[in-house]
Amino acid sequence: MPSLDLTPGSAAAPSPRSPIPFVRSSRWADLAFSAAIRTCAFSLFAIVLLLVAVLFANASLSLHSFGWSFLSRSSWDPVARSFGSLPFLFGTLLSSLLALLIAVPVSLGVAVFVLDICPAPFRTFVAYLTELLAAIPSIVYGLWGLFVLVPLMRRFAGPALVRAFGWTDLFREPNFGMSLLTASFILAIMIVPIIASVSRDLMRAVPGDQREAVLALGATRWEALRLGVLRNARLGILGTVLLGLGRALGETMAVTMVIGNHPEISANLLAPSYTLASVLANEFAEAIGHLYLSSLVEIGLILLLISVLVNGLARALVWAATRRGDGLQRRAS
Amino acid sequence: MVPSVPEPGSTPDTQAPDIQVERLNAWYGSAHTLRDVTLHIPARQATALIGPSGCGKSTFVRCLNRMHETGAGTRVEGSVRLGGLDIYAAAQAADIRRRVGMVFQRPNPFPTMSVYDNVASGLRLNGVRRKRLLDEVVEHSLRQAALWDEVKDSLRTRSGANLSLGQQQRLCIARALAVEPEVLLLDEPASALDPISTSKIEDLIYELKTRYTIVLVTHNMQQAARVAERTGFFLDGALVEFDETKRIFTNPRDRLTEDYITGRFG
Repeated sequence: MPSLDLTPGSAAAPSPRSPIPFVRSSRWADLAFSAAIRTCAFSLFAIVLLLVAVLFANASLSLHSFGWSFLSRSSWDPVARSFGSLPFLFGTLLSSLLALLIAVPVSLGVAVFVLDICPAPFRTFVAYLTELLAAIPSIVYGLWGLFVLVPLMRRFAGPALVRAFGWTDLFREPNFGMSLLTASFILAIMIVPIIASVSRDLMRAVPGDQREAVLALGATRWEALRLGVLRNARLGILGTVLLGLGRALGETMAVTMVIGNHPEISANLLAPSYTLASVLANEFAEAIGHLYLSSLVEIGLILLLISVLVNGLARALVWAATRRGDGLQRRAS
Repeated sequence: MVPSVPEPGSTPDTQAPDIQVERLNAWYGSAHTLRDVTLHIPARQATALIGPSGCGKSTFVRCLNRMHETGAGTRVEGSVRLGGLDIYAAAQAADIRRRVGMVFQRPNPFPTMSVYDNVASGLRLNGVRRKRLLDEVVEHSLRQAALWDEVKDSLRTRSGANLSLGQQQRLCIARALAVEPEVLLLDEPASALDPISTSKIEDLIYELKTRYTIVLVTHNMQQAARVAERTGFFLDGALVEFDETKRIFTNPRDRLTEDYITGRFG
């Protein structure tokens, strides 16, 4: 740091010196920088387009052989060269939706707890813990699921569910522990941190005077939270839930390790199932024959399209919520 | 019990009570923001509270409906009697807040609700479900807040945030009036508004004080002089002087009050 000259008069009478020799930098540097930035930005579009193009090209055999029926056929028989993606679609969608069903109430509970109920000294700690969960590699979740969750499901949770709800046909023997429900639990645990931390931020962004307005009308604490905070953040929270869904749909490793990998459509949630991502991970390396490989690539294509759809929807919702949030801010200023 | 809805212009069944405050002290964490305030707020009149920023006048009104205690690390001591009822010792905070309505400095309508739902929100919170009753109260409250004519054609289609700032504030007043409070606390209700909206709010206060006990916090001394029967001057968390408005502005007893109203500080 240059030392400051604090002697009186130094500011009033600067010592005379020659003009500063400014040097204009070359405009080539500017152009080069701009070109480099543009290349980076456009490469993103190129990557997406290439990805779709390569998937389409490599799936063309399967697309021609099965057409739309690939989505509705449920046989997956490499020997008979008969392929259909319905069981995988079913497993992917159902396991992810069940995961949401479990994760959303828990996430909102965690978010509200951190925001409102948790004593201040523990707040950062709980928030940190939630974010830590998001950073754990999915293979670790898979291992934990295999060694802890699967035995728990086999010995305790499964039999209890069969006893209590066996009459609904949703929970029936045989119960091996590896099942659609187990995968949903793992997925739920994996997406709770995302939904919880983003929705907490959304709730925190709601101006405090909204909650005060509700309180001043004679509301209880819970009513003030529901009307003054949750209601104002609901669009954004819905977007966050869809982002969580996007993550669940594409999650591969942990699901593959606990879902049982059996392509069959069953109403029994304790039965093994299979997902789009899992079948890719398991069979791609061993796929023999053009049609088999092509069918697997088409499954990848389907997974990509579903993810794009869900994420697009989520982005649109979050965008709409932020715009309305701007309205709130404008009102505030 | 179904609350009765008075015809526009009539007085409600309940008589608005006075407020007796004794040795009220309030803290934000370790900051002692209100020191030994004792005063009597008469029923069905407007009482103005003036003073420089941070003098404790807002904290004071927030103690009158137990909103102060919703902040983290806050504390209140002393007694506030609403027509004889000790609101801290003998009542539930939520009940008090329904009886003592509040309008905030910044208009805060609910942006996700229509104009109608904004006004009806307090009734719904307090268990009113009958549609006819809701319709009646919503209209009556909006008329009382002088907003009805401007919104009657878009009650259910317009969002609460989709109004001008002045309209938003009158919507907040309608929302507060809908739950039939007895006291109305106005915490600098016009400080965010333009002059025309401000004068509308002042007219409104003038009208409402025949039916409600009104406490008005304001930065604007002319405003206090125009609408309030009594005025209190706060400084550094203490009530310096409390008297008839005319007296405060023409012949104050205290030197500090005089300095403040003549613009020597604040």
